[in-house]
Amino acid sequence: MRPSDLLIPTPAGLWCPPADIHIDPVRPVARALITHGHSDHARAGHGAVLATRETLAIMALRYGEGFTGERQEAVPGETTRIGAVDFTFMPAGHVLGSAQIVVESGGLRIVVSGDYKRERDPTCAGFEPVTCDIFITEATFGLPVFRHPPAHAEVGKLLESVRLFPERTHIVGAYSLGKAQRVMALIREAGYERPLYVHGAMEKLTDFYLSEGAALGEIRKVVAAERKTLGGEIVICPPSAIQDLWARKFPDPVTSFASGWMRIRARARQKGVELPLIVSDHADWDDLQATIRETQAGEIWVTHGEAEALVHWCGTVGLKAKPLHLVGYGDEGEAEPVRAELTGEGADVAGV
Amino acid sequence: MNRFAWLLDRLAYEPRRNAKLALIADYLRTTPDPDRGLALAAMTGGLVFPNAKAGLIRALIADRTDPVLFALSYDYVGDLSETVALMWPVKRGANDIPHLPDVVEGLRNAGKTELPRLVASWLDALDENGRWALLKLITGSLRIGVSARLAKTAAASLGGIAADEVEQVWHGLEAPYLALFAWLEGRGPKPEATDPAPFRPVMLSHPIEDGDFEKMDPIQLQAEWKWDGIRVQAVSGTRPDGERVTRLFSRTGEDIAAAFPDVVEALTQDGALDGELLVRREDTVQSFNTLQQRLNRKSVTAKMLLEHPAHIRAYDLLIDGEADLRELPLSERRKRLEAFIARLASPIVDLSPSIVFSTWEELAAARADPAGAGAGADSEAVEGCMIKRLESPYLPGRPKGHWWKWKREARLVDCVLMYAQRGHGKRSSFYSDFTFGVWRVGEAGADELVPVGKAYFGFTDEELVELDRYVRKHTLNRFGPVREVTHTVESGLVFEVAFEGLQRSSRHKSGVAMRFPRISRIRWDKPPREADRIEALEALLPASG
Repeated sequence: MRPSDLLIPTPAGLWCPPADIHIDPVRPVARALITHGHSDHARAGHGAVLATRETLAIMALRYGEGFTGERQEAVPGETTRIGAVDFTFMPAGHVLGSAQIVVESGGLRIVVSGDYKRERDPTCAGFEPVTCDIFITEATFGLPVFRHPPAHAEVGKLLESVRLFPERTHIVGAYSLGKAQRVMALIREAGYERPLYVHGAMEKLTDFYLSEGAALGEIRKVVAAERKTLGGEIVICPPSAIQDLWARKFPDPVTSFASGWMRIRARARQKGVELPLIVSDHADWDDLQATIRETQAGEIWVTHGEAEALVHWCGTVGLKAKPLHLVGYGDEGEAEPVRAELTGEGADVAGV
Repeated sequence: MNRFAWLLDRLAYEPRRNAKLALIADYLRTTPDPDRGLALAAMTGGLVFPNAKAGLIRALIADRTDPVLFALSYDYVGDLSETVALMWPVKRGANDIPHLPDVVEGLRNAGKTELPRLVASWLDALDENGRWALLKLITGSLRIGVSARLAKTAAASLGGIAADEVEQVWHGLEAPYLALFAWLEGRGPKPEATDPAPFRPVMLSHPIEDGDFEKMDPIQLQAEWKWDGIRVQAVSGTRPDGERVTRLFSRTGEDIAAAFPDVVEALTQDGALDGELLVRREDTVQSFNTLQQRLNRKSVTAKMLLEHPAHIRAYDLLIDGEADLRELPLSERRKRLEAFIARLASPIVDLSPSIVFSTWEELAAARADPAGAGAGADSEAVEGCMIKRLESPYLPGRPKGHWWKWKREARLVDCVLMYAQRGHGKRSSFYSDFTFGVWRVGEAGADELVPVGKAYFGFTDEELVELDRYVRKHTLNRFGPVREVTHTVESGLVFEVAFEGLQRSSRHKSGVAMRFPRISRIRWDKPPREADRIEALEALLPASG
């Protein structure tokens, strides 16, 4: 079987004709396989969805129980056959429930990475490399300027600032699904024991993480009237809220943002961030390269992000590579409607 | 070096002026000599390293990285120092972190052959932040939102004095400013003010608003033309040894005298003039485009001096001989200015004439027709009127209630977006530089778009995000950092572009060049076919030439 018979990029997303399924479709389709719960990958309105238990639960939390006609749970490591094609979900280390999808037919194996990272994350299962013929990777941070520092050191910067400014509220912008809970868990690992305060828009997802056993300690929802009393506390909110009037009601707030984009100074300044925390749920440049090598794939397809640089690098090490130019994922800016989070719809972008 | 890097890093992220002041003052108070003086010099533009240039950094990174990956990264980050700081390959076990005085010493004295090895060894030893600070030091533009004035204000706060007092003695001082810190900390005498031609903060105006007119009586006001050149402060003074010192400052205090020896030669009297720098040829003030040929040059050729003769049109007089006039009312200063210009008796320094008016209607008529209201052939270089209270003193900054500007109304034209490029600095990584065009009849007889200008502001940050997304979703072609965006009769994006004036230009395919174009509105609603045609622009060109 030729690779182009097994998976084809289409405007709706990656399509597998022999099984007639789409992976992470951006438009409503009959049958969808979903890698993880971020709203640019997991959309409502499909006829049937195959995803991990956690991803199905996250979609139901965000879109309501009617988010799809039928649903089927994919158990990581177990194979589901559709038509003549075998599909296996494997952990991607991106957020809770995130998976790569191994697509196998007629002796050809393609791995669709979804979004992934290699750094340890106490709130989700770690990435497991799968050898394959073709590796379809994301490239959100596919430029050599993106080398993420250790996340615990970045969280250390936050706690140091809290010690330095004990009267000020530290407002940390973080994506509602994944990043927020990872930051909370890292704060706990660093020994911080005071309650953590969260914006109402991320309460449901944080409760879900807690019910799945994440060690986040005591979490309190911010009550609007009590904001004035939260000097010295850490408040975690959606990125869109850090510049909102909502954030200005805390005592002399320090504006922080946990994102891989914070590596670029201008990005931090554009968002009015005083304390940038470089914490990302995507592989950085070194990890993209390391992962590509581990899969031993001879051919690399790049779905979204800074595809050009990664494709160029593949060429320099003798790997066949091409960009797929899929649209609708993350984009490279934070130009997606993160504001929707405030309405509780949770349209955060790929947890960058 | 790490402490200096930490300061720059904190300043770069700190938006509030008072917090910036506190950070700098705290650094200066707690850091020993000579480190703090060198840091102060870095923030006031006082460190110049003739052998250390951006080219050196480019060469170092080119030896260590793939050129395509570097180009893509630089395009994305939009800042050379930051790109190199982030891309620099990590070298484990590199030597000790360098100290700021050693770095400054090395950058000053190392030879051209030795310098690359030295800088590379420092970069190996520093982390991302340290590398960034070092590279900023070498390229000389910190871009951390700290002006020389702000840094001096912070230094002055160590001694509890005003920045102006530091400013008075500043030009007699040299990095690392040991005498200055001794004085500020009460350990030494006040350094002598040896500079006979210092910069003094410029007085600026506010745009006039509808409600302002009725609050003011024309009899208490002076009006004059607002000339479309470069606002300058021309200062000349005599040193104790009798030598004349003349400087030509931009309104931010940058000395541009080296590029204007013709102006320097004309300033033969001690004093400080506030005026507009223009190019004047055959008794006529030329357009801003012509003046631009002489700007941003370190030196000037004889041909340039002959073909683009500079001219100062004086608005105000701050210093007359030894006397500081800034406390006097404008009406007094104006008389002193007239006498000063007469004494200079130079053909390239003249008085900016006042506009005679007794009602707002008269001034509005003059503003609408400068040629008929006294500006004559110079009217092409008039961009509006200045309105000043006769009793206004000369105050630094933009004080309220003294001076107003009343600009000519901008011209508007609907153009179609054709190309977009990523911006730099604050807008890095966003597509924020837009090239747009208007319709004309193409060679085959069909309509085609011809580019007429480029603009990178006029929109809000929210609109920028939308524009960036639009560009990414409608890209036809990529040419390096430039994207060609869909632009057909049916499909494309229309901008309402505002501009101040229009010139003929042989360098532009369309034959016209806009002055000061900016996006005045994004017409998401308007189909490209309804955008303007080149004929509409040609009708706005000045009749001659």
